Amino acid sequence: MGRYVARRLLQMIPVFVGATLLIFLMVNVMGDPVAGLCGERACDTATAAQLKREFGLDKPVWQQYATYMGNVFTGDFGTAFNGQPVLELMSTAFPVTIRLTLVAIVLEVVVGVALGVVTGLRRGRPVDTAVLLATLVVIAVPTFVTGLLLQLLLGVKWGWVRPSVPPQATLDQLILPGLVLASVSLAYVTRLTRTSLAENRRADYVRTAVAKGLPRRRVVVRHLLRNSLIPVVTFIGTDIGALMGGAIVTERIFNIHGVGYQLYQGILRQNTQTVVGFVTVLVLVFLVANLLVDLLYAVLDPRIRYA
Amino acid sequence: MLLEVSDLHVEFRTRDGVAHAVNGVSYAVDAGQTLAVLGESGSGKSVTAQAIMGILDMPPGRITGGRVLFRGRDLLTLKEEERRRIRGAGLAMIFQDALSALNPVMTVGDQLGEMFVVHRGASRRAARARAVELMERVRIPAAAQRVRDYPHQFSGGMRQRIMIAMALALEPDLIIADEPTTALDVTVQAQVMDLLAELRREYDMGLILITHDLGVVADVADKIAVMYAGRIVEQAPVHELYRRPAHPYTRGLLESIPRLDHKGRELYAIKGLPPSLTRIPPGCAFHPRCPMAREVCRTDVPPLYEVSPTRGSACHFWRECLDGHAVDGPDRARA
Amino acid sequence: MPDQQPFEQPGEPRGPVAGTGTGGAMDLAASEAAGLAPDPGGPAPGGPAGRPRSLWSDAWHDLRRNPVFLLSALVICFLILIALWPSLIAPGNPLQCDLARAQDGPRPGHPFGYDGQGCDVYTRTVHGARASVTVGVCATLGVAVLGSVLGGLAGFFGGAWDAVLSRITDIFFAIPVVLGGLVLLSVITSSTVWPVVGFIVLLGWPQISRIARGAVITAKQHDYVQAARALGASNTRILLRHIAPNAVAPVIVVATIALGTYIALEATLSFLGVGLKPPSVSWGIEISAASPYVRNAPHALLWPAGALAVTVLAFIMLGDAVRDALDPKLR
Repeated sequence: MGRYVARRLLQMIPVFVGATLLIFLMVNVMGDPVAGLCGERACDTATAAQLKREFGLDKPVWQQYATYMGNVFTGDFGTAFNGQPVLELMSTAFPVTIRLTLVAIVLEVVVGVALGVVTGLRRGRPVDTAVLLATLVVIAVPTFVTGLLLQLLLGVKWGWVRPSVPPQATLDQLILPGLVLASVSLAYVTRLTRTSLAENRRADYVRTAVAKGLPRRRVVVRHLLRNSLIPVVTFIGTDIGALMGGAIVTERIFNIHGVGYQLYQGILRQNTQTVVGFVTVLVLVFLVANLLVDLLYAVLDPRIRYA
Repeated sequence: MLLEVSDLHVEFRTRDGVAHAVNGVSYAVDAGQTLAVLGESGSGKSVTAQAIMGILDMPPGRITGGRVLFRGRDLLTLKEEERRRIRGAGLAMIFQDALSALNPVMTVGDQLGEMFVVHRGASRRAARARAVELMERVRIPAAAQRVRDYPHQFSGGMRQRIMIAMALALEPDLIIADEPTTALDVTVQAQVMDLLAELRREYDMGLILITHDLGVVADVADKIAVMYAGRIVEQAPVHELYRRPAHPYTRGLLESIPRLDHKGRELYAIKGLPPSLTRIPPGCAFHPRCPMAREVCRTDVPPLYEVSPTRGSACHFWRECLDGHAVDGPDRARA
Repeated sequence: MPDQQPFEQPGEPRGPVAGTGTGGAMDLAASEAAGLAPDPGGPAPGGPAGRPRSLWSDAWHDLRRNPVFLLSALVICFLILIALWPSLIAPGNPLQCDLARAQDGPRPGHPFGYDGQGCDVYTRTVHGARASVTVGVCATLGVAVLGSVLGGLAGFFGGAWDAVLSRITDIFFAIPVVLGGLVLLSVITSSTVWPVVGFIVLLGWPQISRIARGAVITAKQHDYVQAARALGASNTRILLRHIAPNAVAPVIVVATIALGTYIALEATLSFLGVGLKPPSVSWGIEISAASPYVRNAPHALLWPAGALAVTVLAFIMLGDAVRDALDPKLR
């Protein structure tokens, strides 16, 4: 177990370096990092050169990357060009995004699994067809359209919720944005649960459970569900990272000043340190979530052993 | 009679039409008796067993007729809750492949103990203790430790012992064993079979042994029912059937067993393939493969003729078959 | 399987629907006659004697009767048609607008009304199909070719190349797609579809490569491949004659579904202002432009959004239908 975790942690290093380096290169090579510094106008050459020296941008890219990562591991994520430490931006941005992701995951688990179980046990019935169709529509309609429409209907027309969310949003104010953020994953969870249930329903061990004279409830809950939910749990785990990254669209629609908002601003202003800083944290979250999922997987399925 | 199946019909809806899996099967088992049901895959032997247990997948399966009397009550007309109480307690089943038939994510102790928790209202601790006892009964070494293991941690033979233990748990009146040794290594097969026979004697249960392996049958069964295309084609006490088969299909099966005293001779094989259950031939279903087939076999379904008070054969020409005549090939007829 | 590896699958990010490969479905291909007792609901017990069915002809047999497949195929054909010749059904000029009519509702000859710039929503919605279909088709082709070649070779040869490729795909999976799109495309000023296509290929290939790798590894273990190898067939021959035909099914399924999601991705990027840019006409741009005044003129948003949803839905359903046809286990 310990050796397995150690090996996985070692494997994470190249992925971490690769992903952050990739983003670092993209931001640096593709755009001119000082272009956004002189307001709307382009900087004159002298100022640009001076700014570049100041931020160490005249050095080779790999050296910049190494310096940057060195700083990150001492807790210094650098400063945004407006002088605000990136760490400070993070401390305001992450809490709200984490709450948003939390709401999304809870919805995904509760609603998605419930719908999946209902449809999986009633395959071919009207409720199954209806839910299946609904999930297809949710998957097909891009999140930003779903978001805009729900905001329009629930927030503006019917006035059930506030159309935009304040920075200190509480969990209940985040339900609609959370639902929008979760929508596609929720549809996937529903379909995955349904498929998994349907595949396992004909399994021999379920037939054994019936032959043992167990009540239907017990057959479903103790035998069928326990096995069917293993892939669902792993999907939800790997989805955490994707959700935090996917918050860009949702946060933009509901004007939430979280991670997605900061990243969007950072990218538009070509603010290298902000972008790379936030992405570094997101990649870490993603990798750790994946590791936890693998460990959890082995807990759920005793056939898996750490090799 | 402990169990009496009469005129059972089961069909399946498939994409290619209705498959007639069981077409009027009747057999009976008494307490303490072992009935072997013999047949190729697709002959309907397993489907019959599933219909008796009430674990048929419905749909696509459908029981279209017949009765299954267990201790005088027709299981097919019972309410689901009543049937459930009989399953496991009165009537238990052993499946072929224990690896897939046991729940992979539950310890064997929990799976065994569950029987006592559900049917007897036992506490978890009492159930665990009974599970260990059961595992000792089927001679699993170090049962007290292994009770916490998962199915995949056992060898094939040990897993099948756990299946047997699970079926025995509530000391049922009748056990249906569906190819219990097919998935095992040959060396282990005999051990498991002996254990099953021994425990059956000890508990004085009825046993339905479903198999395609004639060799397994001879030692343990009292009587044999041979199935083909969803029908019983021959039914007889085991030794009579081995000595003088009364159906050409049974004869073909017996002759296709390699025998040491026939060394060097070409091995007999029944020609052709079993029919598709969606297109069972008219008349006797076996006639396209039968060496003795005549015109009447193509048109008339043979009833189960009474050969003797304890024997039946669904062949129009059972007398000739019994006498060993008219089987093609000069040397193959057995005197 | 006591020493199974713990589920090395950090990604498969947006696609359990897409992801469930067609693994062992091929084994069922030549399901011979008779024996069906254990699973009568399963694959059909063969045709009449002497009519062997291959995986593909069996699948085609199913698809022809599947209303979902027929409907989505019909929608897709229609889409391709109007993408090629939009003026067939919308003769107007999508760039000809009249600010005086901005946000007006429908009127005769202009069934969808006008958008915020006073352009005809019907004309612009019809003409928007070209951008979406082009992005979807080109990106999918690129992703499928790149992904299956890289993944297939990794699966076939294994070893160091496989390990390196696995790490590289891990890296790509760790970067959220929309985020990558924002970073890469924010500095590009071209208003053609090619930067978007290029970006999708760049970030999309790992998904297909993972599927292809898995499919090739599965196919490689089949007995007939071992037999071919034992008979001295060359690597090229084994790969092309024996493995590729069997590994291609899951790739096709995943690619079809991915095509729909790529169209949605293009729209999302356009909505965020980094995908296609005006004066291009695309559904994403229309939706993005209509969103600020959606309270007053919802029709300007709903029509392109509806067209987008129907398109994506058609491709996803097509992929689903093909997957079901190729994988009888799921029925």
